[in-house]
Amino acid sequence: MTIWDTNFAISIIPILLEGFWLTIQITFFSFLISLVVGLLVAIIRFLKIPVVSLIFDFYVSFLRGTPLLVQAYVAYFVLPQIGLTFDALPTGIVVLGLNYSAYTAEVYRAGIEQLPKGQWEASRALSLPPMRTWVRIVVPQAVRPIIPVLGNYLIMMFKDSAILSSITIIELMGTALQIGSNFYRYLEPITIAGLLYLIISFPCSLLIRRLEQRFVPTH
Amino acid sequence: MSPHTDILKTLNPKVSDRDVEISFTGVSKTWGENHVLRGLDFDVRAGEKVSIIGPSGSGKTTILRILMTLETPDVGVVTVGGDVLWDAKPGVKNKETKQTIATRRKVGMVFQQFNLFPHMTVLENVIEAPIHVLGISKADAMERAVDLLELVGLQEHMKHTPPELSGGQQQRVAIARALAMRPQVMLFDEPTSALDPELIGEVLNVIRRLATTTNMTMLMVTHEMRFAQEISDRVVMFDKGVVVEQGPPEQLFKNPQQERTQRFLKAVNPY
Ligand SMILES: Nc1ncnc2c1ncn2[C@@H]1O[C@H](COP(=O)(O)OP(=O)(O)OP(=O)(O)O)[C@@H](O)[C@H]1O
Ligand SMILES: [Mg+2]
Repeated sequence: MTIWDTNFAISIIPILLEGFWLTIQITFFSFLISLVVGLLVAIIRFLKIPVVSLIFDFYVSFLRGTPLLVQAYVAYFVLPQIGLTFDALPTGIVVLGLNYSAYTAEVYRAGIEQLPKGQWEASRALSLPPMRTWVRIVVPQAVRPIIPVLGNYLIMMFKDSAILSSITIIELMGTALQIGSNFYRYLEPITIAGLLYLIISFPCSLLIRRLEQRFVPTH
Repeated sequence: MSPHTDILKTLNPKVSDRDVEISFTGVSKTWGENHVLRGLDFDVRAGEKVSIIGPSGSGKTTILRILMTLETPDVGVVTVGGDVLWDAKPGVKNKETKQTIATRRKVGMVFQQFNLFPHMTVLENVIEAPIHVLGISKADAMERAVDLLELVGLQEHMKHTPPELSGGQQQRVAIARALAMRPQVMLFDEPTSALDPELIGEVLNVIRRLATTTNMTMLMVTHEMRFAQEISDRVVMFDKGVVVEQGPPEQLFKNPQQERTQRFLKAVNPY
């Protein structure tokens, strides 16, 4: 038995690419969730609404303080025991997205807090309604300087999506593991999977480094 | 006839029920042990141009900020154009009401640091509030914004963003932005003190224009004594949260009655 079987490696590429495509889709939807939920959480916490903001403080601490793997297990294996059953894929996407929303919420918070007080005061002096102030004045200026940080989280999320293989999702890592157990050969599928992760994450991190130089705050 | 006469005319508020435009009655404001305003009584007539002078920390900015609802008084009543802006009772947490929000619309403010929205073009800065607060159509808002930018001499810079402009240009945009809301009261908080000396004149020219040709009520905090003397109907000397002395500019500057005023004027202009 050879250590590396090139023919075998080539033969599993198409199925690995299928898993790779699912990984990309998962990352996309999870990231979308983390961007939207994270922003809402950041705004709610910023507004310091009694009780509600406290609940979301806890939400952030909880999601940051427990492993993603534990959260995925709870959502997929424990929730059904109390009557809440969802398919693995949507469960995985939501768990990953909510997990990262705790991190993006902190990033948004930093973005919102760096906004000069004068921007709020000008909005108020012009009687802009709160909603319009957030949408047109605060969020665009808060997001700009944090784009590189959000980009880093996107790459981390892309790699962390591998954890979802543990709740039966056959994404890239899941596919590799399945091939491994079916053929008793792990080296080729895991190596190719690793390379596929790298093909995306490496150029992306270079791109983000570029962005970091561009998106300096305008104030 | 000046090309700006039309737009200047639209800046004249309707003069009904506008005898007393601004009134402070028994207004106090405290930060910790710092009594910034102590039972302030102070009125401004409709159309009057009033300059507030006084030493640093005397509460001048606080007066404007209360009128712009950026601060809440601890006690006292403030009215604008006959409507109650604040009716603050002692010992409770006073919050803004619907009435506060409605009355605030009569007031516009120009800040020391301009506070333009840096991610929006000059034109977008000026049309934002008219469209989303006054409910004017975008076309009408733009037409008026162009006129206002022409009035302040910046029609060529409409498509630029504030960071591309000089401080003097930014402050003139800020004035146009405030005017676009058709305020009947304009507040200026040291509008030229953040500017390089050579840029002060262009901003003062715009303010002078507004002061001499519109009947907006104008309340200005300034250290530009010569300018205050030139455009004001009345100058108010302020110290430690109370009015020390007030009167027509010639009287207050040439013949101040209070020792405190004399000392202050000597300090800012020793020659
Ligand atoms: N948000 C705040 N918190 C605490 N103290 C404040 C606050 N805002 C103003 N003060 C204090 O209130 C006092 C009056 O401030 P204000 O800005 O009205 O003075 P001013 O007359 O405008 O002074 P200047 O000429 O320096 O602008 C100052 O002592 C200032 O430190
Ligand atoms: Mg001040």
